[in-house]
Amino acid sequence: MSRTWVTPGGVHPPENKHQSLTQPIGQLPIPEKLIIPLSQHIGAPATPCVEIGQQVLKGQVIAQATGVVSIPMHAPSSGTISAIEHRPIAHASGMLAPCIEITTDGADTWIEHEGISDYEHISPSKLIEMVGNAGISGMGGAGFPSAVKLNPGRQRPIDTLIVNATECEPYITADDSAIRERAGEIIEGIKILSAILDHPTNIMIGIEDNKPEAIAALAPHVEDSGISVVVFPTKYPSGGEKQLIYILTGKELPAGKLPADEGMICINIGTTYAIKRAVIDGEPLISRVTTVTGDAVGTPRNYDTLIGTPVRHLLEHNQFDEQAGGRVIMGGPMMGFTLPSADVPIVKTTNCILAPSYAEIPDDDPAQPCIRCGMCAEACPVSLLPQQLFWYAQAEEHDRLEAHNLFDCIECGACSYVCPSNIPLVQYYRAAKGDIRKAREEKVKSDHARERFEFHKERIEQAEREKEAKRAARREATQQAKADHLAATASGGAAPSAPATATPASAVPSSSAADIIAAAQARAAAKQANPEDQRAKLERTIASAEQRLKMAEEKLAEAINDDSGKQDKLSAAVENTRQKLEQSKSKLAELAE
Amino acid sequence: MAFKQVSSPHAHAAQNTSQVMKLVLLATIPGLAALTWQFGWGSFINVVLASVTAVCCEAAIVKMRGRSISFYLGDYSAVVTAVLLGLALPPLAPWWVVVVGTVFSIVVAKQLYGGLGYNPFNPAMVGYVVLLISFPIQMTTWVAPLALLPAGAAHPGLVESLQIVFAGYSPADGVTGATPLDVFKHSSGLLVDQVYDREPLFNQAMFAGAGWEWVNLGFLLGGIVLLSQRIFTWHGPVGMLGALALMSIIFWDSGSSSSPGSPLMHLFSGASMMGAFFILTDPVSSAVSNRGRLIFGALIGVLVYVIRAWGNYPDAVAFAVLLANFAAPFIDNYTLPRTYGHTDRRRATEKEED
Repeated sequence: MSRTWVTPGGVHPPENKHQSLTQPIGQLPIPEKLIIPLSQHIGAPATPCVEIGQQVLKGQVIAQATGVVSIPMHAPSSGTISAIEHRPIAHASGMLAPCIEITTDGADTWIEHEGISDYEHISPSKLIEMVGNAGISGMGGAGFPSAVKLNPGRQRPIDTLIVNATECEPYITADDSAIRERAGEIIEGIKILSAILDHPTNIMIGIEDNKPEAIAALAPHVEDSGISVVVFPTKYPSGGEKQLIYILTGKELPAGKLPADEGMICINIGTTYAIKRAVIDGEPLISRVTTVTGDAVGTPRNYDTLIGTPVRHLLEHNQFDEQAGGRVIMGGPMMGFTLPSADVPIVKTTNCILAPSYAEIPDDDPAQPCIRCGMCAEACPVSLLPQQLFWYAQAEEHDRLEAHNLFDCIECGACSYVCPSNIPLVQYYRAAKGDIRKAREEKVKSDHARERFEFHKERIEQAEREKEAKRAARREATQQAKADHLAATASGGAAPSAPATATPASAVPSSSAADIIAAAQARAAAKQANPEDQRAKLERTIASAEQRLKMAEEKLAEAINDDSGKQDKLSAAVENTRQKLEQSKSKLAELAE
Repeated sequence: MAFKQVSSPHAHAAQNTSQVMKLVLLATIPGLAALTWQFGWGSFINVVLASVTAVCCEAAIVKMRGRSISFYLGDYSAVVTAVLLGLALPPLAPWWVVVVGTVFSIVVAKQLYGGLGYNPFNPAMVGYVVLLISFPIQMTTWVAPLALLPAGAAHPGLVESLQIVFAGYSPADGVTGATPLDVFKHSSGLLVDQVYDREPLFNQAMFAGAGWEWVNLGFLLGGIVLLSQRIFTWHGPVGMLGALALMSIIFWDSGSSSSPGSPLMHLFSGASMMGAFFILTDPVSSAVSNRGRLIFGALIGVLVYVIRAWGNYPDAVAFAVLLANFAAPFIDNYTLPRTYGHTDRRRATEKEED
């Protein structure tokens, strides 16, 4: 067995995995409606390529990838497109996002599709294209498009492929049950990955020792395959990418680097199954294993769930008791987020729906003061000082937060888990990170504005200098002319007609200064002389100001409706536009007189 | 269906701050028992009196600040401060000494700075030092240990002790006496061996002074319990005891007449063990990181020895702890742990990574 390394910190929350492992992976009836969010991944949301009312077949592309870092979406079952609109999605903020709704026809008719079994003889770029076209994004956590992750163009070859089967979050058993039942296909998927990556020397499946059945299921399939199953002690959060890399290789991923920079690729084991289905069977990613568990559901178990299935569908088929608990969590009890309602759909990253009872996860006690006991620092897997971060987050001391490496926090929640004072530490860090990001953006903006201002000032000064130089030249010319004139009168002695002729003589002497003055005067005169032009210009100004006023008023009305807190700014803008309009109107009136 | 919105993590370990404080209180029992066994009821009365005073002060201030009394008294931190102060004060000290010290600890050193979690100095030690400077006579009158009582005499009983504490009765002759550290302070001109031979405080003892060694063993036991329960890490106590041992080895001077005493005596006399496990482990006023706490503890160990050996006071834990409290933010600045993926530890005040 391979050597493993031990990460600092970590916690051992009750695992609660046995509840959902009593039955094999189940299949739910096809839900009446499927809601497919266009953004289930990191990167640009997909662009819909279907219309409302259109019939779609299972596996048909309903939204195209937008640009490179994006994935397409496929119909998880056959039916009719019934809506393309904003719906509540699985997001910690409870926000709405664009979704495609399919009213299923129950026939579940597949679109024509075929895979290839001879992947060894296909070029990696073709395989990557297949992965991309199948709409596969990382199914463990963040949902990064897999094709982008696998794409070459990196500095160095990949020598280590790490398959993450850790599943360190309590309650979740999606990967565990998938390995038990689909070990052969998973290994097939890993072999495809190996082919794509030009056969890395180390291929490791990292798995915690609390999954003996899964480990046993993998064993026959990895024999003589060059793939090693590396078992290590159970500890949360061993499944974090950085933690797993350290556990398996003893190397730390330098801050700000990607695993690929170090010659490694880390991929979730569920994703390898999706890759097998995509390449060998030609099936896009339209379903995934999701654990439904917690004491508020009747039968905790795993389901092969269609992407887009509303959480309500899962809960209702599991005798969910709404009275038993207060929250429904997507993900696990450590990093999962609560759902605003049961209408949100399952997405490609949804590994678990946890509906705990009050007894399992009671409401939080009020936070007590931080006494800097340091239990959080003992639990931190990346050796931060959570207690200090908490103080500085409260005080909004951004410099200190950055010096304490706030941005290396993986938000695993181990610190909050052990905090005897019940302080929601992670929430403070999230808020502080958001504030700092915003401040950085604003700094970039204000730097830009300052540069522009300084450039503007420089330009004005430059113009001023040039003007000054011209003025000096003119003065000199005038003095010269005066001197010449005086000299002429003095020497001429008797020249009574001189003043009469001298005026044109002194004004005309082909000095450039005089030309400029004359030109300016001519322009001004022309302007004065042409009230038609002036009126036309004023009328144009009024028309555009009216337009602007109308738009500003609409925006204001919208803001008042949404109560978005922008009313003050917008109403000031409206007032401003109105004043300008009135000014222009009165000018026009003056002109008419 | 609308569900409750709560941020992660949702799971929580069952321990809370009140339980931590209660565990600390329980861990003082061996030390208190040893004190009561060796020095009579005085310490027990101190502890009870200080606790009652502390709870009253805390409640009054919390009410003045418009906070929930039950919530803030429920964290037991005031009782912990009071118990530690009560244990540190001389047994049979007049009641007003205990009350003044406790009021100062809770009201000034703790609540005026913002209450639990905000005090820069260890509240119990602030109270102790205020008393030591203000009432030196009362604060340096120690009861003689059991072994040194005159033949046939005993420590005053509970009722008599209460009369001494509250009504100002004088204790019987021979009930008060010097401490081992006092003895060494005033024993210039004698070899260490001679002191051990002549002084009943030592020749009636196992290795570090009659009575005191038991008290220190009691606090050591309580400290080990807390350590095993992971209430604090080993860094602070080991830093202090290690530095104290090291200093006393370096300046042991093979037991000459100018030797400030043996390592064993320094480790098991005075407030060494109580300081190491119950005082400097106060997380609020100590350094933060493990490395920081090791340095913080070592600084206290060195200061304790320096003041004991060459200063004006026989014992020095309170002064050493307060001085180290001053240094804690400075220590913190240079002792950040190295974070995953970084090559070096950073400084708390640096603006940008090198």
